[in-house]
Amino acid sequence: MNQTADSVVDQIEHEHSHHGPRKGPLRWLLTVNHKDVGTMYLVLALVALLVGGVMALVIRAELFQPGLQLTQPQFFNSLTTMHGLTMIFLAIMPGLTGLANWMVPLQVGADDMYWPRVNNWAFWMLPPAAIMLWIGFFMPQGAPGGGWTLYAPLSSTYAPPSIDWVIMAIHIMGISSILGALNIILTILKMRAKGMRLWDMPLFTWTWLITGFLLLLAMPTLAIAVTMLLTDRHLGTAFFDATNGGDPVLFQHIFWFFGHPEVYIMILPAFGVVSEIVPAFSRKPLFGRTSMIWAVIAITFLSAIVWAHHMFTVGLPVEAQVLFMYTTMLIAIPTGIKIFNWVATMWRGSMTFEAPMLWALAFIFLFTIGGFSGLMLADVPADYQYHDTYFVVAHLHYVVVTGSLFAIIAGVYYWLPKWTGHMYNEKLSQWHFWLSAISVNVTFFPMHFAGLAGMPRRIPDYPLQFMDFNMISTVGAFVFGFSQLLFIWLVIQTIRGGKKAGDRPWDGAKGLEWTLSSPPPYHTFTEPPSRQTIHEEGPHGYH
Amino acid sequence: MIWKKLLLALTTLSTAVIAAAQEEPSAFNMTRGVTEISRDAYDMHMLLFWICVAIGVGVFGVMTWSLIRHRRSRGAKAAKFSENTVVEVVWTVIPVLILVGVAVPATALLLKTNAESPNPDVVVDVHGSQWKWEYVYPDEGISFFSNLSSASRDASQLGAKESPADAPNYLLDVDNPLVVPAGKDVRLRITSDDVIHAWWVPQLGFKKDAVPGQFNNIDVHIGEPGTYRGQCAELCGSGHAYMPVVVEAVSPEAYTEWVAQQKQAAAQEAEKASAPYSREVAMSQGKKVYESACASCHQSNGQGIEGTFPALEGGEITTGPVEGHLNIVIHGSEKNPVMQAYGDQLSDREIAAVVTYERNAWSNDTGDLVTPEAVEAAR
Repeated sequence: MNQTADSVVDQIEHEHSHHGPRKGPLRWLLTVNHKDVGTMYLVLALVALLVGGVMALVIRAELFQPGLQLTQPQFFNSLTTMHGLTMIFLAIMPGLTGLANWMVPLQVGADDMYWPRVNNWAFWMLPPAAIMLWIGFFMPQGAPGGGWTLYAPLSSTYAPPSIDWVIMAIHIMGISSILGALNIILTILKMRAKGMRLWDMPLFTWTWLITGFLLLLAMPTLAIAVTMLLTDRHLGTAFFDATNGGDPVLFQHIFWFFGHPEVYIMILPAFGVVSEIVPAFSRKPLFGRTSMIWAVIAITFLSAIVWAHHMFTVGLPVEAQVLFMYTTMLIAIPTGIKIFNWVATMWRGSMTFEAPMLWALAFIFLFTIGGFSGLMLADVPADYQYHDTYFVVAHLHYVVVTGSLFAIIAGVYYWLPKWTGHMYNEKLSQWHFWLSAISVNVTFFPMHFAGLAGMPRRIPDYPLQFMDFNMISTVGAFVFGFSQLLFIWLVIQTIRGGKKAGDRPWDGAKGLEWTLSSPPPYHTFTEPPSRQTIHEEGPHGYH
Repeated sequence: MIWKKLLLALTTLSTAVIAAAQEEPSAFNMTRGVTEISRDAYDMHMLLFWICVAIGVGVFGVMTWSLIRHRRSRGAKAAKFSENTVVEVVWTVIPVLILVGVAVPATALLLKTNAESPNPDVVVDVHGSQWKWEYVYPDEGISFFSNLSSASRDASQLGAKESPADAPNYLLDVDNPLVVPAGKDVRLRITSDDVIHAWWVPQLGFKKDAVPGQFNNIDVHIGEPGTYRGQCAELCGSGHAYMPVVVEAVSPEAYTEWVAQQKQAAAQEAEKASAPYSREVAMSQGKKVYESACASCHQSNGQGIEGTFPALEGGEITTGPVEGHLNIVIHGSEKNPVMQAYGDQLSDREIAAVVTYERNAWSNDTGDLVTPEAVEAAR
């Protein structure tokens, strides 16, 4: 690293807190330690998961039976909108960033992130952004109800005043994401321990490296889209206002040019987590390591040229529909390769089924189901029927909940012994897993049927023939929601105490993080790991 | 767990296949519908479904085998291999072939679905607006609004006394359905007057977004007479669930008769509208306008919806100065864009009538008679 102003400050900071964290309540506000920042991201993600989860449960309660029992339609729409924004920007993304903050420096043998203070700043932007996002519920006319996709003109000229706060919140969250992404990219590229080749990096770090670049592409695009909404609302522009010569479809093009990469921003690091866990509990090297990395790179490129598959019904020229159908179908190939590789990693392994592995296995099964419905949705003539129905709701939740969220939970179980120095309660974790895995399917599987039978999404009330599936979904959702309280209890229990975890609690786990003590000292890798250690913990260490 | 689920899905779906063969909307699966487009979409859907099942059986089968056989508790020792070029090439090439196999028919179908016939027999312009559909037959000079039926509307209120179960075709019933001739090519030109909506009847096999500023065309050819129901499919605000689509396909003879009736009714309307303006005429014309333009938010009983749509009975504006009342109807609300500017949509006389109605209906008793001249002056 060059002797930049930053690094000088780093060193001073470093010497000051050499013996451990700052004492007192200011520790968390002022910390520049990647482990502290990682912890804060994870706590924020958990809080947002609860807030967004409560919104989801109110939605499900309203949909338990036909007619309106709990909410007015406008409030219901606010709930669906805020549920989506909260889960994406404040639960899943910070959850994955939290894992990255904790693990990327440990996996590449760096002593911290490249920009420790920027790291602190990137995190502390999020709580105010969260408040700005949620404050709409307490404003006149309530929170925006135009959907998390913020389509114009419903979310521009037709939106309540709170939309301006949401737009500003999105800007702040976007800046936070960009800074976080830059920081992770630079940590990996500039601070990687000498002797660790790029191709030998752990898969979690690899996926985050690529995700970082994807964030740099996607977040500015979102910023552009919401800024145009804002100027349409307040500065007299008419980008999306058809009555003044604008085009509402333009918004969708810009939004989904962000939105589709965003989907992969939420899933690629999840792929990384699963690619760490499956070999560890199969006690076998990851199958097709190089093709795994190339698959992620291929998915990243494709993700930037499939956006219009969200827009097959807006009246695109038929040639464009054909093109986007083809590019979308292509994504199935690298995604398929990843799934086949995981299965081949398990093949002739020596498997055990501790909590991290269970969650990773559920990820593979259920994410694949989400992939299947994705393949079906890619097919335009059939999509004319699927589009904007509960079939899509089922698809996206299989990908985000049983995909991204399950991988985050798997990662937390996998690394929690390292973070806390304690083993979690395995028995309770099995309860948590089985309750969640069953109820999540009870919640989301019936949505496929409801959608195929013709139920549109984002409606507070529905015709009678959809009642049975909705009742089942609601029951599942409540079980799934309350099962997560077990998880919170489990994490708290593990932080407070429990069986001592060894340096390498999982005998099949590889990676530099497992050479450290559990919990690791506040400052790690102040001495870079040796080439020997890097080799032994790398992909060639199995032989 | 997964296997049971898959089995369950398979059984339910095969039941659904049988149900769908009767062309009724299925309770589980995509409907086969009543047009060529919908039957093609259904066939495509089932093809994709079975492909996914086949891949799923393969992948999950191998995985489950591993989970059972290659576990440490059975004494499995881990192998060391981590690559196999042949296998990797095979599982890259096979998906490519499957995708090509799917893409070819999908492309053909996509082109077919979007093809427009050179000479449609009937053209209908479909306008989405918050929260109703307007159907305009430009060649016949007919146009009308299609609102959610009052039985559904009453039962759909928060805390309603009526049960949704008692409303016929709950949320799928309208006052005036779209009427088209069966066995003919009908061109729908779909657009919107405010936000984006989507016009969807599952049995017709497609949905099209209603986008302000553009017309999205689609040709529909319904083989058999019948009533087909659907809903708006694009989130369009608080009334999104309450703007169903009902299509009545009738025999060409019945269609001709219906057109004649509509024209006659329109002529009578025009006559009434040109009748001398009086309190009585204003109240009856105003009630009609109210039901088609205002009732979906403010409700037939003028009570509105608490917290969302203000009550007009005893309302500040409807019982206050006439100028304020005219202003909000003509120019819309500055605070809340959901209250549209009806000056563009209604004539002077219609606005005069509806404002007169609102000021004297229910328990409102201003005694005002608003004249078309007053509306013109307020524009």
